[in-house]
Formats: sequence, C-alpha cells, structure tokens
Amino acid sequence: MMSVSQAKDVEIKEGSRKVLLSIDDMHVWFELRRFGFGHAGYVKAVDGVTFDVHYKETIAVVGESGCGKSSLMKTILGLYKPTKGTIVFEGKNLSELDEKGMHWYHSHVVGYIQQDPYGALPPFMNIQRILEEPLIVGGIKDKEERIQRIHKAMDEVKLTPVSDFLQKYPHMLSGGQQQRVVIARAMIMEPRFLVADEPVSMLDASVRVEILKLLRGLQETHNLSVIYITHDLSTVSYFSERIFVMYAGNLVEKASVRQVIDTPLHPYTVALLTGTSEPDAKNAETFKELPPGEPPSLVTPPPGCRFHPRCAKAIKGLCEVKSPPDFEPEPGHLVACWLYQ
Amino acid sequence: MNQTNTLLRIEKLVLYFNTLQGPVQAVDEVDFALGTNRAVVILGESGCGKSSLAKAILRLLPRNAGTYSGHIYLKGNDIMALEDEEFRLNIRWASISMVPQAAMNALNPVMRVGDQVAEPAIVHLGVDKVAALSLAKKMFQHVGVPEDFISRYPFELSGGMRQRVAIAMALVTSPDLIILDEPTSALDVLTQANIFNVLKRLKKELGISFILITHDIATSSELADDVAVMYAGQIVEVCDARRFFEEPLHPYSKKLLASVPRLHGDKQPEFITGRPPSLINLPKGCRFADRCPARFEKCVEDPPVVETDDRRVKCWLYS
Repeated sequence: MMSVSQAKDVEIKEGSRKVLLSIDDMHVWFELRRFGFGHAGYVKAVDGVTFDVHYKETIAVVGESGCGKSSLMKTILGLYKPTKGTIVFEGKNLSELDEKGMHWYHSHVVGYIQQDPYGALPPFMNIQRILEEPLIVGGIKDKEERIQRIHKAMDEVKLTPVSDFLQKYPHMLSGGQQQRVVIARAMIMEPRFLVADEPVSMLDASVRVEILKLLRGLQETHNLSVIYITHDLSTVSYFSERIFVMYAGNLVEKASVRQVIDTPLHPYTVALLTGTSEPDAKNAETFKELPPGEPPSLVTPPPGCRFHPRCAKAIKGLCEVKSPPDFEPEPGHLVACWLYQ
Repeated sequence: MNQTNTLLRIEKLVLYFNTLQGPVQAVDEVDFALGTNRAVVILGESGCGKSSLAKAILRLLPRNAGTYSGHIYLKGNDIMALEDEEFRLNIRWASISMVPQAAMNALNPVMRVGDQVAEPAIVHLGVDKVAALSLAKKMFQHVGVPEDFISRYPFELSGGMRQRVAIAMALVTSPDLIILDEPTSALDVLTQANIFNVLKRLKKELGISFILITHDIATSSELADDVAVMYAGQIVEVCDARRFFEEPLHPYSKKLLASVPRLHGDKQPEFITGRPPSLINLPKGCRFADRCPARFEKCVEDPPVVETDDRRVKCWLYS
C-alpha cells in the first residue's frame, strides 16, 4: 500500500509539477439510523471522487449546498475518515497514520479557513490568545517565539499596527478584519496547503475582493496549494487555476478555469454559469433558462447520471441507466457526461 | 418621473436609533420615488442603513427608535400621518408588504406553510379561512410551489421553496409594493436565479412594484429598473439601471461596480480601501470623502444633490 502511494507521489507528474495530495476513488458515506438503532441507509455525501492537487496549485470546488463539498473538505482536513478510497499526502496514506501522525497532519500540513469568521473565532479570547492557541498545540514552547510568529502572521494578513489588535476581542473587529484573523490563524503554523471554505461569502462585495487578493498573495509568497470551496463561480477565475464542479457527491467536470468558463461541457456546469449574474441592465429583460427541480437526495440518488432527471439533453436508455465515466473531449478537460463519449 | 405614475415618493425620511453612545443615524434624509410596476434597487454595504430604510417605510420600529420623521407618499397620500392602528390595517401588508432578510428562516416552524400564507389574507382582506387557503394555493402557483405543499411544515421544504413561500406570503394580499430585503443572499446560484425568474414574472404579470434591498450588485441587475446607492445613511446616487450599469456617476458607485468580480473579461476587480464611517460619529461634509479617490477641498462641506438628465447624484464633482 505504502509503496504504491509513494510511487504515486514521486512518479505522477502533470506538466512539471509534483503531486502534493492525491485523492483516489474517495467515498464518504454517513450511516442513517432509525430511532438510534437499526440501519436505514447511507447519506452518500461523497461518492467516488478522484483528483490530484499539485504543488502551488489552487483548485476551486464549485457546487451547491448539499452536493457534498463540505464533506469532501472535512475528509481532506482529516476530520472524517473516508468510507472507501484513499487520501495520500506526499506518500503518506492518511488512513494509515496513527494519532501522532494525524496530529502532525493537522498542525503542520493543513490550514483551515472557515466560512463564517465570527462563528469561527471564540468570543471570549482576544486575538493574541486566538493566534497563540495553534502554536501551543503545535508544540512551540518558547513564549518569545510564539509572540514573534503572531506578529509575523498578523503583518502578513495586514492587521497592522499589530499592537492595536492583539488585545482586541473578535466582536470589536469588522467582518473583513475577523476573516483576516481566521486567515492568520490558518497560516500561523506555516501549513503546506490551505482549505478555504467559502472564505468570502459572508463578507461585503467591496471587502471580498480584498480578502481574495490577500489569499492569492499568501499563496504565492508561501508556495501554498489551496483548495477553495465555493458556490460562486464569479470569484473563482481570479483565484484558481482549475475548477472542479461537484453535483450530488460526484465531480462532474474537472478542467482549467478558462476551459470551464469559456467552454463549459457538462449541462450542469452550463446551468451554473447561466445562473451566475453579471451586472448588466439587460438582465432584467429576459428570463433565465434553468434546469427544473432541485438536487437529488444523497440517500437515494437517481440511478445512472445523477443529473439526468433535470437534464434537457439526457439520452434515453443511457443516462438513467449507466453512470458516466470521465471523458476527455479536449486535453485536460475531464467531464463525466455521456454526451462526450 | 411622471407625477401620475408615481406609486411611492419618499421625502426627507429620517430614522435614528438611540444608543448609549448617541443617536445612530441609520436613515438620514432619504429621498426617492418609485413608479408603478417598477423595481428600484437599494444598493449598499452592510451597515449603510438599507435595512433600516425598509423598516422605516413599513414603520416596523424597534424599541430604541429615536427621531422618525419625513414624508412617505403612497399614491399621493402621506402615510406617515396615519395613526399606528390605521397603518397596521390598511398599509402594512395590505398595500406594502415585505419579504424579510433570511425569510426562509422567518417562517413559523410549528405552523403549516399554507396557514402561514393564508393568515395575512384573513387579517387584512377579512376573508374566511377556506377562501384564504384557496387564495394561498393561487399564490403558490404564482411563485412556483406545488399546491400540495400547502399542508407541509417549513422543515419539509428546501431553502428555495421556503423563500418562495415567504414571497407568497407577501403576495397574498395583492399589495402594490413588495419590499425584498436580501431575498437571495443565503441561497444557491440556481435557486437564486430561479427566484429572480419568479420575481420578474410577478412584476410582468401582476404589475407589482418592488424595492429590492441588496449588497449584491450582479444579481440586483436581474430586477432593477432604477438603482439607488446608499452610503452611511444617505442616498448618494439615483439613476435608471441602464445608465447606472454603464457608467455610474458617484465615486462610491464607481468603486462599488468595479469591485464586482466578473466571469468574462480580464478586468481585475478592485476593492475600496478603508471602511464606512460609524453611523454614530459621522464625519462632517461628504461621508465618503475619506475613501474617495476624487476628493478635493470642497468635500469638507456637505455636498449638494445635483440633478441632471433625470439622475441624481450627491457629490461636489458634478455641481
């Protein structure tokens, strides 16, 4: 097992870039119980997801709520164990790490940026205490060094002058500043990659861009990989290199940002792009063509392609029977749809 | 705007809240007008007073409301002059209704959604329960909720469906005007687009007017006929949507539009440096001056409202 994973890490290269994190046929299922006992099926939150994250790469996972993107993220963070499949970080299979290994993974490998900054910051701790916590947990015993690193992290997220903020509590900061604290906390142990769960969806439009630019800058200076989870396609193009579109537990389209935005292939991606507005007064004059219905239940997803009940282009006798594998109609553009076989 | 077609005209509307630190000037001398069967978008960042403006129009005042003055003319009648009870019976929900912020969580969890939609009809139209329920069914059709959902509870509905129910609730008394406070901010892209399709259809088929309060410039263009930009309690620009999205006048509007990330094109979005002033300690002169790239000496004085070409802008640059 280990040797296979290691081989994967070193050998598999796309372009000239090495693979940092490799996810292979990952399933995350949650068991449903009736009245606390008795099996009542599974919530198939993530159902067979395969992808690689390269060094210094930003990947956006785009999907609607309930499509499984949070479960995917939490499994990558090591908070859930995959039901099936593997997550391999630099040759180390996460499921095989012991407690000490997981501790190392949590405190030195991943950084997590939460969606709601106010909810993510303990209201009874001041900023210094909030930022010191991961350092203490991460095993930095020297108080001087901790303070030094706090100053450095706050400088980097432009919470300056630092001394003005150290003794403040989260409620004294604006939304944008709170999100900066969350980012500083994620960065303070100098992780290898960041998982950002809708980092700007709770912020005002004018602050959003500022935070995204800050993240982009941090990614470049620290050579980080970032997994950016969002439902908003319009912010993706400024921040990511590749987009994965997720629908009902599956990744239905994987391609570069330009490919997805300029030539979307999967009917669901097309619908998402149609649904995303750009400021234009002409929008008010027309109705949008949108797929009917709502995403399926993850307990009993439809057979075959999960999008087929809502898809106008569904092929009778195929789409509702067999679930589509990934096709590659153009180089680097993977799409799980029978239209492109 | 043509006087005869004006549905709602607001003049010098003021709403302050009393706090220990002093009055919060949430709505400060707001003027705008809205025509019949039109939609105006109130755009602004959080904390600029846009939700307070909605509350001021509907007289839904919290206990700490202080100064509350000005005129609101609905079809020519000043509804600010009405007694509270009369306002409650004949204006709120009967003529002007509202879809509150996070409306999908505003539904009563222990009441069937059909009953919740029927309730305003019983109170304001004076119809019996059977008639009100059949009216509710009709509203469900308008907003695209299956009729048999009428006996369901809110938890049995998805977020998008609950939002539609909230719109049905605002619609059931056939008001002239519906105020939408961030109607889609918590919803997914496709659900959001669907809700805007519903709103567009309601506007076209039923001739309803809308005030849409939002910070989301991109989606606001889905419904807007007119745009009013609000900053620190004041309206700084009013303009028709076409010209606004092409070329806004006020420096704040320009910055706001430039901050929108776009799907197509290479233009990088910009952000606005600094943050809006506190509504308790407002700066003298132009309230945007601190963050404004076009600031000059005059900006220390309160800018006049300049009216040109059927658009209004509160800025020294245009006087």
